[in-house]
Amino acid sequence: MTQVQSNSKASRQKDASIPTFPLKARISRWFGRNLIRIYAVFGFTYLFIPVAYTFAFSFNDSGKSNLVWKGFTLDNWKNPCGAPEVCAALGNSIKIGLLATTFSTILGTMIAFAIGRYAFKGRSSSNLLIFLPMATPEIVLGASLLSLFLVFHINPGFWPTVIAHVMFCISFVVVTVKARIASLDPRLEQAAMDLYANELETFKKVTLPLVAPGIAGAALLAFSLSFDDFIITNFNSGTLKTFPEFVYTSAARGIPAQANVIGSAMFFLALIIVIAGQFVGKKAKVAK
Amino acid sequence: MADVSSATRGDLRLTRITKTYGDFTAVNDLSLTIPEGSFFALLGPSGCGKTTTLRMIAGLEEPTVGSIHLGATDITTKRPYQRPINTVFQNYALFPHLTIFENIAFGLRRRGIKDVDADVNKVLELVELPHLAQRKPTQLSGGQQQRIALARAIVNRPALLLLDEPLGALDLKLRRQMQIELKWIQREVGLTFVHVTHDQEEAMTMADTIAVMNEGEIEQMGSPADLYDNPETAFVANFLGQSNLIKGRIEGSDGDNLVVDLFGQKIAMPKKRSHAVDNSIYAGIRPEKFRISLVGTPTRGNILTGGRIEDVSYIGVSTQYQVLMPWGQELMVFEQNDDGVAPFDKGDEVVISWEPNFTFALRGDEDAEAGTEVIPEDLDEE
Repeated sequence: MTQVQSNSKASRQKDASIPTFPLKARISRWFGRNLIRIYAVFGFTYLFIPVAYTFAFSFNDSGKSNLVWKGFTLDNWKNPCGAPEVCAALGNSIKIGLLATTFSTILGTMIAFAIGRYAFKGRSSSNLLIFLPMATPEIVLGASLLSLFLVFHINPGFWPTVIAHVMFCISFVVVTVKARIASLDPRLEQAAMDLYANELETFKKVTLPLVAPGIAGAALLAFSLSFDDFIITNFNSGTLKTFPEFVYTSAARGIPAQANVIGSAMFFLALIIVIAGQFVGKKAKVAK
Repeated sequence: MADVSSATRGDLRLTRITKTYGDFTAVNDLSLTIPEGSFFALLGPSGCGKTTTLRMIAGLEEPTVGSIHLGATDITTKRPYQRPINTVFQNYALFPHLTIFENIAFGLRRRGIKDVDADVNKVLELVELPHLAQRKPTQLSGGQQQRIALARAIVNRPALLLLDEPLGALDLKLRRQMQIELKWIQREVGLTFVHVTHDQEEAMTMADTIAVMNEGEIEQMGSPADLYDNPETAFVANFLGQSNLIKGRIEGSDGDNLVVDLFGQKIAMPKKRSHAVDNSIYAGIRPEKFRISLVGTPTRGNILTGGRIEDVSYIGVSTQYQVLMPWGQELMVFEQNDDGVAPFDKGDEVVISWEPNFTFALRGDEDAEAGTEVIPEDLDEE
């Protein structure tokens, strides 16, 4: 047995020592091995060209219209509120985003626990109804919300916009948090109860910490959905202007470079948060 | 939290417990007393109701009917955190977001104990893993996690420690080692252990008393030796080890012995080892109690003639023979390999003999196959 093994090993080594591949085969082999990398480079280039463009033009000494490159300047970054209304619009977006995130995360998490953990009549239909806003075209949602507000004699503005955002963010929060709850082993909560933790302590000490990453992810998602939204907001904001609305309306007469500054800043902020999150997560795993 | 630890002690008494889920009866009219300080095993195949019973003791399920007492206290409807009972879960259920130290301290802290260091370190010493205190559960091997789960439970010094298939996830060698360690720890800490398992060898190694469960009821309860040597039902006879069950009739009695007819051959057996209700019986003999001899060699005790060896399996410590009897049944015989050679060959005409005292008798209307076809592999029962 051993002899047979050593024999075959020797013959295999012999084979490997004679490279007989022609050039053409070697090139196609190289492509075969690196195709995925080449594809990745193209993919990322395609994805990040608009971001790079936005970032580059935030340094444009543009004057009124930021369409043609006119020279490098740091003025836009030094004075991001320089263009009229841009910071007011940003402020509105952040305020609406934070409020919508807070409410939709709290409500959505509670719904996710109800649907994910308890058996009740109408559970599967509630589950379906939660999905519906995600599947409905935004334009339909926005228009029907507006008519709903008007029926109740509520004028479009700040709070109707917040309510509209909470409404469409909830579905995404529920779906995200529910996935986390589904992956939570119910025996952990049983173990906590077995170890003298009552229902409230079990929730605080075991359930919540374990579901927290899901809730945090849901909150980030809700904020970016709210911050980004144009269609539904446009129907319900009235005279109030959010950042996306500002960019949209100013597109007609040229977007000020300050919009690029804010856009780039948001991008880098998000990037830093993601990288920091990964770093902390990795550290927590490795260190202890 | 609630003051639960030291107040209630004593025997655990389950009184006429029934648990149903819809139409399915998981536990049926079960009564059981587990003495304080004992190592008690609930043994049975998957779906026999042993885990449900354990969960009712822990408070994770409520019985449909019946009551549970710990000492003089009725705990039937108490919440899990109101009972001085802790559980080692089947998959350990360690909290993944807490360190090993905090996992073990969890129960102490919930009970409002401020200074937990001494207790936690002591129990970490007991399970021989003090160096892992600051690790997270996912960084531990299965065997280490198992010990931490045990430490997390016994640090609370509960009146009762429940173990739900605690060794199921470990490989065979580690399982053997942990069996011995668990037994040692139980003696060391002096707590009552209730151990649920489908592994008869594990139950016999560790427990003082075993209750064999089948289909929601207790088939038989007793010491490992009692259950093995004198099973009362075919299920117990087959589930704990292997048995030869031979159909027979009680013909009469002779002093302390019964005279039994097995397909025309007369044997004797002690009266007190008969669990039959009428004359129709199954005579039971464990395979290792049989002796084989060639026709013509002298034998003593009970004798069955007319056997022919159908199959020989040499397995080192013993040799297993299948012996075909005149009535068509194959009997199993295990012979110790004292002299190192298998002295009988396939086709040999042999006589089977055994000590009458090793015979037990079961009711003749039982299913002789009960408990044999159970393949105790599925851990996630119920």
